[in-house]
Amino acid sequence: MGQQRITRAECARVAALARLELTEEELERFTGQLDELLGHVAEVEALDVEGLAPTMHALPIANVLRPDVPGEVLDRDEVLARAPLAEDGQFRVPPVLGEAP
Amino acid sequence: MSDGALDKPGLGVPADTGWETVVGLEVHAELSTETKLFSASPNRFGGEPNTHIDPVSLGLPGSLPVLNQKAVELAIRVGLALNCGIRPSVFARKNYFYPDMPKDFQISQYDEPISVDGWLELPSGKRIGIERAHLEEDTGKTVHIGGAGRIHEAGYSLVDYNRAGVPLIEIVGRPELRSAEEARQYVAELRAILVAVGASDGKMEEGSLRVDCNVSVRPAGSDRLGTRCEIKNVNSLRSLGRAIEHEARRQIGLLAGGRPVEQQTRHWNEDEGRTHALRSKEEDHDYRYFPEPDLLPLDPSAEWVEEIRRELPPLPRDRRLRLGEAAPSADAGHIALAVERSLDGLALAAIGGGGLPERVMIHIVQNLAGGAGMLDAEALAGLAQMEEAGELTATQAKKVLAVLAESGGSPQDAARALGFEAMDSTELESMLDGLIAENPEEWSRFCEGDAKLTGFFVGQAMKATRGRADGKAVTQLLISRRG
Amino acid sequence: MTAVEISEAVRSGQRSARSVVDMSLSTIGAGEAEVHAFNLVAAEQALAQADEIDRMVAAGEDPGPLAGVPVALKDNLCTRGMGTTCSSRILEGWVPPYDATVVELLRNAGAVFVGKTNMDEFAMGSSTENSAFGPTRNPRDLSRVPGGSSGGSAAAVAAGFAPVALGSDTGGSIRQPAALCGVVGVKPTYGLVSRYGLVAFASSLDQIGPLAATVADSARVLDVISGPDARDSTSIGDPQPPVSATLGDGVDGLRVGVLAELSGDGIAPDVAARVRAAVGALEAAGARVAEASVPAAVYGLSAYYLIAQAEASSNLARYDGVRYGLRVDAPSTPGMNTATRSAGFGDEVKRRIMVGTYALSAGYYDAYYGRAQKVRTLIVDDFASAWEQFDLLVSPTSPTTAFSLGERTDDPMSMYMSDVCTVPVNLAGQAAMSVPYGVGDDGLPVGVQILAPALGEPVMFRAAAVLEASLQ
Ligand SMILES: [Mg+2]
Ligand SMILES: [Zn+2]
Repeated sequence: MGQQRITRAECARVAALARLELTEEELERFTGQLDELLGHVAEVEALDVEGLAPTMHALPIANVLRPDVPGEVLDRDEVLARAPLAEDGQFRVPPVLGEAP
Repeated sequence: MSDGALDKPGLGVPADTGWETVVGLEVHAELSTETKLFSASPNRFGGEPNTHIDPVSLGLPGSLPVLNQKAVELAIRVGLALNCGIRPSVFARKNYFYPDMPKDFQISQYDEPISVDGWLELPSGKRIGIERAHLEEDTGKTVHIGGAGRIHEAGYSLVDYNRAGVPLIEIVGRPELRSAEEARQYVAELRAILVAVGASDGKMEEGSLRVDCNVSVRPAGSDRLGTRCEIKNVNSLRSLGRAIEHEARRQIGLLAGGRPVEQQTRHWNEDEGRTHALRSKEEDHDYRYFPEPDLLPLDPSAEWVEEIRRELPPLPRDRRLRLGEAAPSADAGHIALAVERSLDGLALAAIGGGGLPERVMIHIVQNLAGGAGMLDAEALAGLAQMEEAGELTATQAKKVLAVLAESGGSPQDAARALGFEAMDSTELESMLDGLIAENPEEWSRFCEGDAKLTGFFVGQAMKATRGRADGKAVTQLLISRRG
Repeated sequence: MTAVEISEAVRSGQRSARSVVDMSLSTIGAGEAEVHAFNLVAAEQALAQADEIDRMVAAGEDPGPLAGVPVALKDNLCTRGMGTTCSSRILEGWVPPYDATVVELLRNAGAVFVGKTNMDEFAMGSSTENSAFGPTRNPRDLSRVPGGSSGGSAAAVAAGFAPVALGSDTGGSIRQPAALCGVVGVKPTYGLVSRYGLVAFASSLDQIGPLAATVADSARVLDVISGPDARDSTSIGDPQPPVSATLGDGVDGLRVGVLAELSGDGIAPDVAARVRAAVGALEAAGARVAEASVPAAVYGLSAYYLIAQAEASSNLARYDGVRYGLRVDAPSTPGMNTATRSAGFGDEVKRRIMVGTYALSAGYYDAYYGRAQKVRTLIVDDFASAWEQFDLLVSPTSPTTAFSLGERTDDPMSMYMSDVCTVPVNLAGQAAMSVPYGVGDDGLPVGVQILAPALGEPVMFRAAAVLEASLQ
């Protein structure tokens, strides 16, 4: 496989960014699997893509716009009835700890 | 304009200590559309929580964004009004977790914004560069319950997604402002432009206009930028000035004391009149921007942009010039105020309709702070003419104006309804007879040439008629009686 | 009975929709315990829908081209009032407050929804073993996987539970299970079918398409679900001609290329043999056959894994325990997000979210995601050159026939290889379908993949019909 592409620490950092908590065993296993996978997909590194534009979409379409006309809204009670926790017509969450970044 | 912060002892590092303040502003304005940026639920301030929601603005699985044409049009108007180039643009996802963000990513324009490289001219004529103006969606609102509403002490939080997905334009100005006053003028001018082009209502108190200030200081004459702090929670023009002054003084205090300024985001506390550092959680902010795959590129045609440019209403700067020409004796501040209140059109029409510019401008500046209401230009011109002819006193005119603003109609009718008909001369004569009889001593002194007594008799006449008498007419009469 | 036969019988009043649905439900009742094709069987709702169809027929109204046809829906399609889980604990019990566009279209065409089919969690997998609710088994051999991620839909059709089903295909998730279960599976051109209401895996690659026992049935369903949709920005704005109309037009004179890169190494010999037989059948029907080359296709899998996972990592961020689905409580919102996601997602989903997060993160974007999008350009360009010479391309759908349950679960790389022939099509946004073409040495079905340029569905279906007929 050659040099390691992703370390355990990087794997842990990525998990935290994605709001996933891994057990020691999972961290170990995922690091190995991610490393193998990244080693495989790294074949794209060998390709000469200099000067090529990225393809975000296969569709050659632009400027899809919607008229500014109000449509239906969801029924709040129906939506909140399915929420994990609601109060006063709102979604209730534990303390958020800080402002949005 | 400086207040509060100036008086605080210890913070009083005056501006002549050889430091220069550098300010760059990021302004978020909610666009005045009927619906959200990417979905058809209403874009409306207030309302019961979570009633302006649809699958898209709630980030439900399977929902997809579709771009609002009106929002794009308004963004182009703003871009053009700020002298920006309108460019092909791409929406990107800015990924981070926060409960008021329904998808846990914000759709925003990142490296390819719709408008770039413009400028805004302050009333002083100084131009401030605009780096970019881009479209993005707003988040919902989180209310913190318990701990006096403070985020770190709250017991829990409640989330309302009514605002989620409301279209925003983020206008990023270059750090070319050099004082709190300039920053204040910049925001006032920007707000006037946004309102003038119909892009936003510009209400800072409702949060439809939000300003983040980047403030740094440096030795006067230096061309290097100092370490900046970003100040959030500035909710009025007044706070803006105060917050920048406070922050500049804080930084000068640090640097003057040999301590460095730390790059931070700081929160403006209006009640305490100071900024404080936000405890930023030790979390990695790696937004992982990438092009939003559910949306296609936006490339407004040159024809569309030109059409929008053609239909752009006159901008505040031009409107100030025009009103200034029509009312040459009015001071610049009053002209600016008339434009800021969007009363310049009314003023121009009233002046054009025969109202004396000075009288029209007095009403515009002093008596119509709440807006013109039902008052039309013809009525305002008529009112000014009645005053000029002595048919109404200034006090009466103000009352008539209030009626006209409230329910419209002609100033003649309103004056009559208020009982403000000018007294005829026989009525005035007999009243004067009475006054002379009651005050023989004063009358003889007046006749001997003591001009101060003119005021005495006019005052007595006003008192006797409860203000109905016209001072000018009384004076005329007094002089002719004296012979 | 095929869907076409059912709808004709129901529309003409020869047969009641209720009797059709009853039969479908009793077939499910008999076989579902072994196959486990469904996460939810909606018997009551289906019967009510059937009665409504019958009422319309009695009233002289036309219920539409799928009158009374039982349809199985992949469990990542939003159905108002009917649970939608994506086979994930994180969405268990979630009932969407709205219908996907395809669901609306099917309903309006008279289709009856018999249930929601099992799948790999969030469509991430190639065997339907990554379901939080247990694997689906291949009705042709219960010890084998049905393929995935639309394994439940393919199995439902193969087992005769419903004549047609809908699946979603991000990298082969319709075609590969169709091949492994011996049914027809169609991945339409990107944008032909609205994605509104399809729970996203990878937005720039996902497409909804039909699985059916016959080519004509899949054509009829495609005609119903395709078309412009103002709620999906990536929907193609112009209506396309129906594929059913030209189904019998044959392949005489068509230029057919045999895709070299996807037919060589790594393809099981028995699968390769069936593909050769299919090519022979097309040639016999008048097609001009030659070898074709799409050199960049071999990089498809790598580019696909980076792009799909990057998009998925962002698409799946919303499962945070705040608004819907599972919540595992914790003293803070970030903690609650983490606890919820850690408990709610299975291993494969976590692995892919991690890959995608990594591929987009600061310092790696250009090397991974950015580069993959450029490789995608290479693939698009190579296909474009091929389309200058060919009307259609042919390859195997899957390198092997159905493998055994558990055989590849411990080795993600070997599982990913199942998609090697199918992913290039998604990257290029083109159309492709898998048509069953006999069996391999193990007696299990082999699928032949027909590839067409964007919006080449009518011609693609003509070839599929020729292959189907050549087996009779
Ligand atoms: Mg910003
Ligand atoms: Zn912003």
